[in-house]
Amino acid sequence: MSSSIQGARSGSTANSLRAPSFRLGERIVIGLLFGAAAISVGVTIAIVISLFAPLPGFFEYVNPWDFLTGTLWAPSFADASFGVLPLVAGTLQVVFYAMLVGIPLGLGAAIYLSEYAGNGVRKIVKPILEVLEGLPTVATGLFAVFWLKPWIQESTPFLEWTSPFSIGVAGLTVGIITIPLIASVSDDAMRAVPMALREGAYALGATKMRVALKVVLPAAISGIVASFVLGASRAIGETMVVLLVAGGGSPQLKIGFTEPAGAMTAFIASRATGEIATGTIDYYSIFAVGALLFLMTLIMNMIAIRFVNKFREVYD
Amino acid sequence: MSQGIPKRASGAAMAAAAVTQNIYKGANNKALVGGIMFRLLLLSALGIAMIAILAVIAWALVEGAARVNVGLFVNNPSSFRPEEAGYRPAILGTVQLIAGVILLIVPLGVGAATYLELFADRTRWYNRLIELNIQNLAGVPSIVFGILGLAFIVRGVFDLGFVVAAGSATIAILVLPTVILASREAIRAVPSSLLDGAMALGATRLQAVRKMVLPSAAPGMLTGVILAVARAIGEAAPLLLVGAATFVTFDPNFWQDGYSALPVMIYNYAGRPQEEFHTLAAAGVLVMLVVLFFINSIAVWLRARYERTW
Repeated sequence: MSSSIQGARSGSTANSLRAPSFRLGERIVIGLLFGAAAISVGVTIAIVISLFAPLPGFFEYVNPWDFLTGTLWAPSFADASFGVLPLVAGTLQVVFYAMLVGIPLGLGAAIYLSEYAGNGVRKIVKPILEVLEGLPTVATGLFAVFWLKPWIQESTPFLEWTSPFSIGVAGLTVGIITIPLIASVSDDAMRAVPMALREGAYALGATKMRVALKVVLPAAISGIVASFVLGASRAIGETMVVLLVAGGGSPQLKIGFTEPAGAMTAFIASRATGEIATGTIDYYSIFAVGALLFLMTLIMNMIAIRFVNKFREVYD
Repeated sequence: MSQGIPKRASGAAMAAAAVTQNIYKGANNKALVGGIMFRLLLLSALGIAMIAILAVIAWALVEGAARVNVGLFVNNPSSFRPEEAGYRPAILGTVQLIAGVILLIVPLGVGAATYLELFADRTRWYNRLIELNIQNLAGVPSIVFGILGLAFIVRGVFDLGFVVAAGSATIAILVLPTVILASREAIRAVPSSLLDGAMALGATRLQAVRKMVLPSAAPGMLTGVILAVARAIGEAAPLLLVGAATFVTFDPNFWQDGYSALPVMIYNYAGRPQEEFHTLAAAGVLVMLVVLFFINSIAVWLRARYERTW
């Protein structure tokens, strides 16, 4: 850890160790390094401005209440309607199906990695999970469209498959993508649980499975919850898979595994690719949906960061 | 299952027994079988993740391998002759895009990581703000960076237009948190005694950082940059918003309007109704996967070659 490096600078003895001369060149370089770090804050401010500045223009035409509670999303109809609920419903369905896959599989992989796998196995499995995370989502999405969806369709003839698009298949695919994220954050949390807790339980005669489920899992619960929240946040933000598998969307509010449905990300991506004139209400709608998307993921990330810091505080 | 608690047990033994009862309800064959089943269940979770990777690769191979030929790389796209269409402008676009990304993320990522690990005083509010901010940026959906690029870089403040440079800047901002986090880890792996020793011999802090810490951390940082590049190559969603979506049949120029990128072109082909275009899309995915495989191999090799235990 860098605590000793930090200590040398901020400690009370630092003053006497400091170079007696004033080195302008060094100060400029350190200033530049600070600037590189501070750019990230500038990026966040720019994101907030670019998302929220067009909102007053948008809400001049659309009542904010109608935007948040309306159930018809038809920005390009002659009689345009801007109720965002169909898009939110699409996104939430993706999150639901994604977590149905991501939580059990991600957590299962994490328990195996942290409690069962030896160092050799970990060294092989972790990079493989990273490969899954690193697959371009276009590739995963196309696989889902051309192989996974037909396969699911054939094996579930009792469902009503009427559309080439399916929000359920999109969600399941996104769920597979979230496995590595959930697994690695949960794994970190469980490995942070002190060995003494496990040894205490073993000494009392507990089996390995009981130690994993009744001792390690509860002790690491805040980190595990954080991994679920991060996974859900990743699912909300996933664009290409949803766009490819669930389609650009239908204007009506639709709920069901086999329905085509537009999610917020998919709407933004499909709308912006068309020739769209700056300053139109249609153009502003991208920013309104983007702002809502940003707020949702921001809140979830803040919750997750708080949970992660909590387990660090307890055991560090 | 009764554990046979002694009648004249002390309070401590009672407590221990109670805990034992709670954690350990029965050790018999059932528990053994349960343990094995549980282990298999956990293994199947890992198995499904691996099958998913193999399935995506298998799809690209089965559907696209036959279509990989020279024309795929050197031919221009065509909207009505799929058997002769290729990825030429998209590949050139991605190459230029990635060059721009590397130029931006190396100084910014390494600079930010160096500052945060070696110079920042963590008790200051602005340094903590930067840390929290980078953590948060890493979780912002990629499409939001596309909106930022559209509003700030393509139009607005920088007003570059729909050019490769705008795409580079957008993707660079997107992967910057990854580079910073990886670089910080690389710096943290270098023991502080190196820095302390150099400073004890009279080096200034900056000299010690430049001559001792950064060279030792360089392979780790390079690995982080390479992994960020791998991510940048596959990123399609934000590029849709900053202009890569246009159907171009000419070679892109870094500052000139109109460009495409490999993942966006693949998306474009996949959306067409003809079967031949789907094959073309699969072939494009295959090319992209092969490139990513090589890039990741370099990262793995670097990590193994330069990994040092202090």
